[in-house]
Amino acid sequence: MGLEAKLQQDGFVTTTIDAIIAWARKSSVWPMPMGISCCAIEMIAAADPKYDLARFGSEVMRFTPRQCDLMIVAGTVTYKMAQVVRRIYDQMPEPKWVIAMGACTSSGGMYRSYSVVQGIDQFLPVDVYTAGCPPRPENLINAVMTIQKKISKTKARDFQDQAFDNSVITNN
Amino acid sequence: MDMKEIIVEKLKKNFGEFVQEVTDFRNDLSITIASNKIVDVSKFLKEDPELEFVMCKDVTAIDWATRKNRFTVVYHIYSFKNNYFLRLKSNIVEETPAIDSVTSVWPSSNWYERETFDMYGIVFKNHPDLRRMYMPEGFQYHPLRKEFPVLGIPGSLPLPEKI
Amino acid sequence: MEQRSAIYTDEKLIKKLLEDKDITIEDALDNEMVINMGPQHPATHGVLRLVLRLDGETVLSAVPELGYLHRGYEKMAEEMSYIEFIPHTDRLDYTGTMCNNVAYVLAVEKLLGIEAPKRAQYIRMMIAELSRLAAHMIAIGTYAMDVGAVTMVMWTFREREKIQEIFDRLAGARFTTSYTRIGGVASDADSVTIKMVRDFLDQFHSALDEMDKLLLGNKIFIDRLEGIGVLSKEDAIALGVTGPNLRASGVAYDVRRAKPYLFYNEMDFNIPTYTDGDCLARYWLRGDEVRESVKILYQILDKMPQGEILANEPKHTLAHKAEIYTKMEELIHDFMIINYGINPPVGDVFSSAENPKGELGFYIVSNGSGHPWKMKIRSPSFCNLQAITNLCKGAMISDVVAIIGSLDPVMGEADK
Repeated sequence: MGLEAKLQQDGFVTTTIDAIIAWARKSSVWPMPMGISCCAIEMIAAADPKYDLARFGSEVMRFTPRQCDLMIVAGTVTYKMAQVVRRIYDQMPEPKWVIAMGACTSSGGMYRSYSVVQGIDQFLPVDVYTAGCPPRPENLINAVMTIQKKISKTKARDFQDQAFDNSVITNN
Repeated sequence: MDMKEIIVEKLKKNFGEFVQEVTDFRNDLSITIASNKIVDVSKFLKEDPELEFVMCKDVTAIDWATRKNRFTVVYHIYSFKNNYFLRLKSNIVEETPAIDSVTSVWPSSNWYERETFDMYGIVFKNHPDLRRMYMPEGFQYHPLRKEFPVLGIPGSLPLPEKI
Repeated sequence: MEQRSAIYTDEKLIKKLLEDKDITIEDALDNEMVINMGPQHPATHGVLRLVLRLDGETVLSAVPELGYLHRGYEKMAEEMSYIEFIPHTDRLDYTGTMCNNVAYVLAVEKLLGIEAPKRAQYIRMMIAELSRLAAHMIAIGTYAMDVGAVTMVMWTFREREKIQEIFDRLAGARFTTSYTRIGGVASDADSVTIKMVRDFLDQFHSALDEMDKLLLGNKIFIDRLEGIGVLSKEDAIALGVTGPNLRASGVAYDVRRAKPYLFYNEMDFNIPTYTDGDCLARYWLRGDEVRESVKILYQILDKMPQGEILANEPKHTLAHKAEIYTKMEELIHDFMIINYGINPPVGDVFSSAENPKGELGFYIVSNGSGHPWKMKIRSPSFCNLQAITNLCKGAMISDVVAIIGSLDPVMGEADK
């Protein structure tokens, strides 16, 4: 009888701390729905009974940034709004991820105009870009799954320094 | 008598030479009024018992760019009583674009005039709260003027720093 | 513990605290507070920002600030051809996309002086009414969610998904449809689509009754809305409010009846009105309007004629792709329209249509070239929002959420 089989018999599993933290993190990503325009409706649609984002543990949309670890920027970000988006991003606790949902947030999309920021990566670190105007709910779910894949590769010590910084800097 | 004729006749009778032009394109009656008489005409149109144009649907402006009188302010008003829709126009003749505000007649024009001020820089005199509607305070330009480029002026609007 | 008590017994420190100008020792109840709501707030339906001055929990004044979603439509419209602007109309009131498509092409057709064939107009009516249902489903759902009934939004979105499936089949996109064309519509509604619409309508009645049952017996929901945010008839007209909000205040004004476009004059429907003008009336009114739309849709399906879906105006309407690739004349016209535009006559028109939120109007000034010289969008949400200052005055802070929900603004078109 091998060691692992013996442990399983007794109700134990061997794993690494990193693996178990990453698994817990990726299975309960709480999104901050930064619903600005059209994409916001498709974001709600992704959480509705038909598409059901809950299957991926991400249905808990919290409207306060303090409780979230994934920001879904859904909609056209204007220069006036950019300040607000950044402020809310800064208020989110580490570790945090960003999805740029739709063409507008990724690159300005069809709005080549004076008031629209041509891509939010000018002021935010974006993890996943989602194509579409607006993306279908399936595509948003795909983006959440990509984020989950990304999270599962992280290690606990990756965030140590940031977690410390966050405890010092609070009010923005 | 047709509604069009009634309106034109009434205005001509009361305001004479201040009614500058009457056009009828695709069944939309539009009347050009001298800019210094706009409040009087508005008040008349609203309060005349036969007309009762009580709702102001929209206020905007047109930038003609090369014409001598560069801006035209356009009002869209509606009468529930006659189910009739009328367009008033007023060419601004002054050097600095300004016209009297009609907020005292139609309170709804408050925001429409603010929007027009934001987009064209036309000052509405006696407006209770003439601030920018859309663009941030401190923005120096008026986007819908023809000389403003559609992509904007680089650096005129601040962005947060990149992380 | 000891340290802390030592601080308070220190007389010098207390004196210093009293001298500090930043610390005021007044009656807290006398003070007013200024609170910021939005632009990122779940109840503001997008990015509306309200600055509220409060006395306790009573709102003394509310100042809305817009422009967080100002995308510069009117400027962009001056730089593009009439046809290019159709996809942009989707994103105005993004809850009821098809209505915007219809309103825009009607304005351009008025400017050109052309008319779409009868079948195309019936299809336009059908999609506009379906779109109105979809928009009202969002309006009712999110409104109920704002005041605490979260189940509603799940149920209304379930119905909305069925409408979007129909759009998906008809236009090829479930959300941003861009379905109408100048002089007609993009593709014909085949028998499968018609059947989908009929099937949807047949089951929609029972779904509506279910939703009513959920909220009718809910005392909390009724109590939170009854008598809140009363907009009088005179104020509503003076502030330029249109659509359901105006009708809830007792004015039976509906563009479909006042200035019938398409074939609405052949349809038999009522214009529901309420006289209360409060938040609850605005809720009931949307419910009633949904039922009227269903009635109209049944009539459209029964009367739908056969025939062309694109007007025979080669200089103004884009031909179908298959024809452009196979016929010489269509290819030439396509080249001319794409490169030089549809060149309407010099003049200006204002055309409006009844949208889910109110009266959407387009004022287009043409100088005879392929681009509009000026395009002004008279967006209903923008005009309706103007009433918010009046409604919030004297309300409690929790009512503000209900008032915004009942006005049902969509910031995409309010900010343009």
